[in-house]
Amino acid sequence: MNKNLKLKDGSVFFVLAGLTIVSLVPFLWMISTSFKGAGALMSIPIEWIPKEVTFASYVKIFTKLPFMKSLFNSILVSVSSTLLTIFSASLAAFVFAKFDFKYKNLLFTLFLASMMIPIQVTGIPIFIILMKFGLINSYVGVILPTIFNVFGIFLLRQYMKNISNDFIEAAFMDGASFFQVYWKVIIPMSIVPITTLLVVNFMNYWNDYFWPLIILTDPNKMTLPVLLSKLNTQYTTEVNTLMAGSLVSMIPILVVYAFAQKYFIRGIQEGGIK
Amino acid sequence: MKIMENKARFYIMLFLVPSILGFIVFSLIPMISALYLSFTNWDVIGGAPDIIGFKNFIDIFKSVEFYRVMTNTMKFISLYIPGILVSSLLLALMFNRTMKSVAAFRVLLFIPVLTSWIAGSIIWKSILSGQYGMLNNLLAIVGIHGPAWLTDPKWAMISIVMVSIWKDLGFFSLIIFGGLRSIDRTLYEAAKIDGANAFQILRKITIPLVTPTLFFVLVTTIINSFQLFPQIMVMTAGGPMGATQVMVERIYTYGFRYFEMGYASALAIVLLIIIVTVTLIQMVLQKKWVFYE
Repeated sequence: MNKNLKLKDGSVFFVLAGLTIVSLVPFLWMISTSFKGAGALMSIPIEWIPKEVTFASYVKIFTKLPFMKSLFNSILVSVSSTLLTIFSASLAAFVFAKFDFKYKNLLFTLFLASMMIPIQVTGIPIFIILMKFGLINSYVGVILPTIFNVFGIFLLRQYMKNISNDFIEAAFMDGASFFQVYWKVIIPMSIVPITTLLVVNFMNYWNDYFWPLIILTDPNKMTLPVLLSKLNTQYTTEVNTLMAGSLVSMIPILVVYAFAQKYFIRGIQEGGIK
Repeated sequence: MKIMENKARFYIMLFLVPSILGFIVFSLIPMISALYLSFTNWDVIGGAPDIIGFKNFIDIFKSVEFYRVMTNTMKFISLYIPGILVSSLLLALMFNRTMKSVAAFRVLLFIPVLTSWIAGSIIWKSILSGQYGMLNNLLAIVGIHGPAWLTDPKWAMISIVMVSIWKDLGFFSLIIFGGLRSIDRTLYEAAKIDGANAFQILRKITIPLVTPTLFFVLVTTIINSFQLFPQIMVMTAGGPMGATQVMVERIYTYGFRYFEMGYASALAIVLLIIIVTVTLIQMVLQKKWVFYE
């Protein structure tokens, strides 16, 4: 495909550059708007770059609105969910990859089939179950359902299958316990897929909306997407505030992306990002 | 592996406990309960649910709203699916060139994918605003008077499609790019030796060999099309005049705004049936166009 299409690299470069600009211009608009004062929002002709740059929106989201709390909530919920998912999925994946037991295939098929069911179908009963345990408006209510992650089990199992049994047998010979084999042999050897899962799940949980929206109704408990969507209905005209909030909500995930870019690509090609 | 069979059995069970418990509590029981609830009129406050048979389903199929929701979804699908397939295929073909700068574009074009749907929708809501929005002010420069994108029933769903393509392009183009990369390079060499031109190579080699990936993209995008939610909630909230009402937005509204859990569960079951049916149809139809080596 390289040189045999008549198109020149130069024209492809320009198409890609144009597309990239179109894709990223919304973010420039976000940045520009977030630095506008209330008056500049409704000036005609519009100010592409604010004539007067003001940090008022940023001050407002951190002083008058619970953004700091929300940032903390998002970090807490995303990190805990990610760790819980990886812990639970890696345990199951180890067993599925390396041991035979009764109903193994049936169980694995059931797990895979459950991936077909959208959260909107199971959402109402899960909400009721969590309500019975008093977990509505709690971080645990958001985090706990992430304990079951079929994609995580699937991805890690594929990888762990290829770890040679010799390592495991040698460890058992040396008197290692079952858990030690998992923790000292299997986990260190699966660092690549685990990092992929870490990054992919962190992004999915960071950006998740439907589930935290249902569970978290107290503004002090809300994650960033939930808080932002609430502000979107309350502060319709304060676009500068909303843009400042959107920008702040993007920074952590962009930082992760900057450092772990190749794992995002892996995650996509393995099918893990929703 | 046969390591210490008996001792292992205990640990096998132990290691599976988190996932099996999670499966039972957050998937199996909820699935069965959703089915049960769909036959009741449960409204959370009014005590135990009454079984009312198929009434919810009859109400759904009798309501004007359901047909509006389906029409809206079809409108979305008919614009979004061709749009995202063609644009991500073209982009993937460009990614597949040997040019050095391509990698940088891949990195940048992924940024909308990283952005949460909520932040992305908030940004676009402002861009698409009729009077003060960026888009209409850009259009005004070239003398076009843009519509009130999100508040005009004619344009609202089209706007949602536009934003959805913006958000998803970086994602699906990377998936197709992965498919393109797995094509055996020697096939291209052979075709060139046989005197095939660029267009013939694209049509006879590249496209057929990337159809399994395109099939995956088609199945995923169609399932996603039935599950639109955050972009609707932020940009239009189902309006104007119901022009962007969709299934998940309705399920959320009935379930968690009106607390009509029975009716909402019935809607969710209908959604599941639609998704499973559409996916099965595609599985059957794939034999006609998907090429497996």
